[in-house]
Amino acid sequence: MFHWESTPLTGLSFLGMVIGAVVVLLIALAVVTYAIYFERKFIGWMQLRIGPNRVGPFGLFQSFADILKLLIKEDVIPDKADRIMFLLAPVIAFVPSFMVLAVIPFSSTHVFTAGLNVGVLYYLAISAITILGVVLGGWASNNKYSLIGGMRSAAQMISYEIPLGLSIVGVVLLSGSLNMNVIVAHQAKMWFIIPQIIGFVVFIIAGLAELNRTPFDLPEAESELVAGYHTEYSGFRFAFFMLTEYVYAFALAALATTLFLGGWSGPFLPSWLWFVIKTAAVIFFLFWVRATMPRMRGDQLMSFAWKVLIPVALFNLLLTGGLYLL
Amino acid sequence: MYSQDFIFILLFVVLGLALPMATLAMIGPLLRPKHPTKEKLKTYESGLDPVGDARVRYNVRYYLFALMFLAFDVETVFLYPWAVEYHNLGLYGFTEMLIFLVLLAIGLVYAWRKKVLEWK
Repeated sequence: MFHWESTPLTGLSFLGMVIGAVVVLLIALAVVTYAIYFERKFIGWMQLRIGPNRVGPFGLFQSFADILKLLIKEDVIPDKADRIMFLLAPVIAFVPSFMVLAVIPFSSTHVFTAGLNVGVLYYLAISAITILGVVLGGWASNNKYSLIGGMRSAAQMISYEIPLGLSIVGVVLLSGSLNMNVIVAHQAKMWFIIPQIIGFVVFIIAGLAELNRTPFDLPEAESELVAGYHTEYSGFRFAFFMLTEYVYAFALAALATTLFLGGWSGPFLPSWLWFVIKTAAVIFFLFWVRATMPRMRGDQLMSFAWKVLIPVALFNLLLTGGLYLL
Repeated sequence: MYSQDFIFILLFVVLGLALPMATLAMIGPLLRPKHPTKEKLKTYESGLDPVGDARVRYNVRYYLFALMFLAFDVETVFLYPWAVEYHNLGLYGFTEMLIFLVLLAIGLVYAWRKKVLEWK
């Protein structure tokens, strides 16, 4: 089977890597464009509305129109803002969101994947950098809404990162490796969602909070904080914060697919198609939750992570470890 | 060779930086207007003139949560190598980790009792 680490480094293989990385970037951008379209469309249908239907057939070009609009909008940088930090924050938030896609095994050929032996740890470590971009953006704006939104985002993201990390330990324990390719190979007989059902539930809940999505969208609570940490951002800098959010939605769905739903493995259909189906199902679930759930209360939010999710995740770990011994 | 994987990841860093650089710093300025006025550059505060500075003191609870996060995140990182080697460690590994987790659970219960986890 093809792996980058077993291929000698020549000019040709380097070119192959560049093409692979560019393809992943294009896939990520395409996924984000259509995730936004389908989110609006699905939520529209769930609320008995039509959703976007003006730009192109069925409104299919709506997201392109939005991107174009953001690109030609004036880039307002407030006088009181910390200029350098204000300019840097969206970039600091975006780069890790794209970097984590490097370790996701998209198909049975590993052209688009770095078969890192510390894949899972790499994902958690790199995705944590985004919190820095969010806090920096909130602080540099020198705006009260932004600062409070940024601090809330940070507190929420670090609190829910622990149950997220703990819920994955069960999967690592069962497969005995942090390498995502090995984890997928271990699920040939049975998806890890079955022995790790508690871990999966914790993972999805913590993942929703990491993404700042409903019901955990307090940092962006429109009714009290205008737009949260990106209140002062306009034009394409704002677009990069949105891009980050949706790339993470894609990355997290891909991670859930890889760790719990058997990754690209499946009968009859080609492996990449299985990956697309499973990832799309997880992303659809995220939209569904947004249309269904109300927003949580601030005091419930933090205590839920520490008093419910972390004990449950630790219990799941002990249960998995105990059952593995038997 | 293992280094190929990291070259691949380095390409992701370069591309991830190139996209914002290209759109924000190179293509963007050609497309977007730039007519700053005094009102436009004012800090947004729901249409009113901003009162004071935004960098005020905020709730100390954020600091407590950051400390809790530090302890538990390190715990999580310690759990990964344990989980990878678990099939070789057997009952010994299970007992060792049980002791470790109980110690941290005591910490969590202590914080719980001291009402660190309440958000008021």
